[in-house]
Amino acid sequence: MSALLEARSLSVVVGGTTLVEAVDLRIHAGEMVAIVGPNGAGKSTLLRMLSGDLRPTQGQILLKQREIPSYPPALLAQHRAMLSQHVTVAFPFTVEEIVRMGAGDRSQAAAQPLVDAALSEVGLERFRHRQLPTLSGGEQQRAHFARVLVQLACGEARHGPGLLLLDEPTSSLDMRHQIDLVETARLRAGNGTAVVAVLHDLNLAMRFADRIVLLHRGKLAIDGIRTEAITTETIRRIFEVDVTIDYTDGGVPFLLPQTMRPVAAKN
Amino acid sequence: MTASADMPPERKKSRSGYSLRPSASLALISLLLALVGVGLIALTLGAAGIPLARLPAALALSTDGSSGAHLARDQLVLWSIRIPRIATAAVVGALLAISGAIMQGLFRNPLADPALVGVSSGGAFAAAAAIVFTDSRFGEHFRFMQNQLLPLAAFAGSLVTTVILYRIASRSGRTSIAIFLLAGLAIAAIANAGTGLLVFVADDRQLRDITFWLLGSLSGATWPKIAMLAPVLGLGLIARVTVARGLDVLVLGEAEAFHSGVDVERLKRISIVLVSGMTGVAVSICGVVGFIGIVAPHLLRLVIGPAHRLLLPASALLGAVLLVGADTLARSLVAPAEMPIGILTAAVGAPFFLGMLLRQRALVAL
Repeated sequence: MSALLEARSLSVVVGGTTLVEAVDLRIHAGEMVAIVGPNGAGKSTLLRMLSGDLRPTQGQILLKQREIPSYPPALLAQHRAMLSQHVTVAFPFTVEEIVRMGAGDRSQAAAQPLVDAALSEVGLERFRHRQLPTLSGGEQQRAHFARVLVQLACGEARHGPGLLLLDEPTSSLDMRHQIDLVETARLRAGNGTAVVAVLHDLNLAMRFADRIVLLHRGKLAIDGIRTEAITTETIRRIFEVDVTIDYTDGGVPFLLPQTMRPVAAKN
Repeated sequence: MTASADMPPERKKSRSGYSLRPSASLALISLLLALVGVGLIALTLGAAGIPLARLPAALALSTDGSSGAHLARDQLVLWSIRIPRIATAAVVGALLAISGAIMQGLFRNPLADPALVGVSSGGAFAAAAAIVFTDSRFGEHFRFMQNQLLPLAAFAGSLVTTVILYRIASRSGRTSIAIFLLAGLAIAAIANAGTGLLVFVADDRQLRDITFWLLGSLSGATWPKIAMLAPVLGLGLIARVTVARGLDVLVLGEAEAFHSGVDVERLKRISIVLVSGMTGVAVSICGVVGFIGIVAPHLLRLVIGPAHRLLLPASALLGAVLLVGADTLARSLVAPAEMPIGILTAAVGAPFFLGMLLRQRALVAL
């Protein structure tokens, strides 16, 4: 089976600094992949390249066997949706208006069921007529997630399973909404969407992702199922933290930091 | 968006942060009625007063035979002076308000106004340069087309300043309010210095023409000028369809707009040409008139919301209402003399702008 998204030896150099180097990645429909790594490892840069926002200096990215730069923006948006980290809105759009932006050029009547479904999925029905800038950071983040879900649903209705990219989607959310959001993404993967999420919380990544991609200094350190990817040894080597890894009764691994004192970096 | 009984309860409250918005048709019809009202008042007021009762006869709307001795004079005043002037004010007001609204959408900044950030100054400088050029020995062959050359020059001047401003104020899809306003200030200063230099080298006749721009006046309104303005407004109103949705989504930022399927580069190019074209032509007709482009869209966003599909035509109507009103005041407050309209719009608009700036400061750190 060919991959929905395929990146071949991706590198990007910005201002003489190599941010991402020779990354290969294949992501299939129905798969949820977490990208993890220390700060500055190139996670967001990699995601920006996968979204088509940033052109790689070398290598190529194929989305459904077609090179990303060859998609016109409107068509690309029907095949992949992306939630960015920080989105600020200058004008007093309501939550509902923001979410409806995900529906592109669909008429208001055609978009409404999708908008309603997405609002209830992120738990913001009560806020639909509130102006977005008056909401808390976490509520705004959820509104943008609803907008991205609408965009994904519109695209998938036309072209089948698409790609959902999430850049640290849980950064401003409380614990319950972190889990809600990741579970919603997980559900999408269950319906055939390919999901790629940059996550900081390794426990969340291990709990929900099929595969974990570990980036270190711009290079792909590990790409594997959670038990392969996350070991005490790799955490010590890459995050410079000692951890204990244990398992829940259901066999899901979880990780507990032992000490915050950094161990000597090896190189 | 129509009101209905099954509306959720919070929709009926107008608490801060909630939006209670009138329907699109209600908003547009109200604004249209306001324009007709202001237009009627404007018809009756002025150096030569025409009471409302004599208006139908003078407009040749009624043929009840009660035409008095005033009829000929009324008709002359109305058709050759007042109506062209009101029409010009309406079209220029609409152009200024739409270009303000598009510019604010483009820069994602409610404080953007072509007159405030040097775009009008750039247009005025280019228009002044065209005046001096067509009056010089070198350029006298072009004098016959001065009427066409001035708007073109003003358009080019506005375009160059808008592009420079965009390059300076936008870094990777974000515009800083502080850098934007300061850059606009600097660009306006450069353009004004250029205009000052032209004033310095100009002879008396050129000086009179240039001064006309610096003050901003609608007194030169004629039917041929309207014939030139109207198509530009028509183009702007048609083009708004192509930019309205893009400008809405652009509020999320350039990267997000791209992720949502907007061709951001194309949107920016069209918007910049629209803003420059409409500002340039407005400037070439009546000089630099500020603040219409900031006041009209801002007031409307409070009432009808920020979605550009409705905001742009509504801004056009409110801009027309405001400028026709301001021009009526300008020519009736100190009649038979006339106040430069730029002074009036600044006297009302500048405090308004300061109020907005203070509110902005409370919301985001400048």
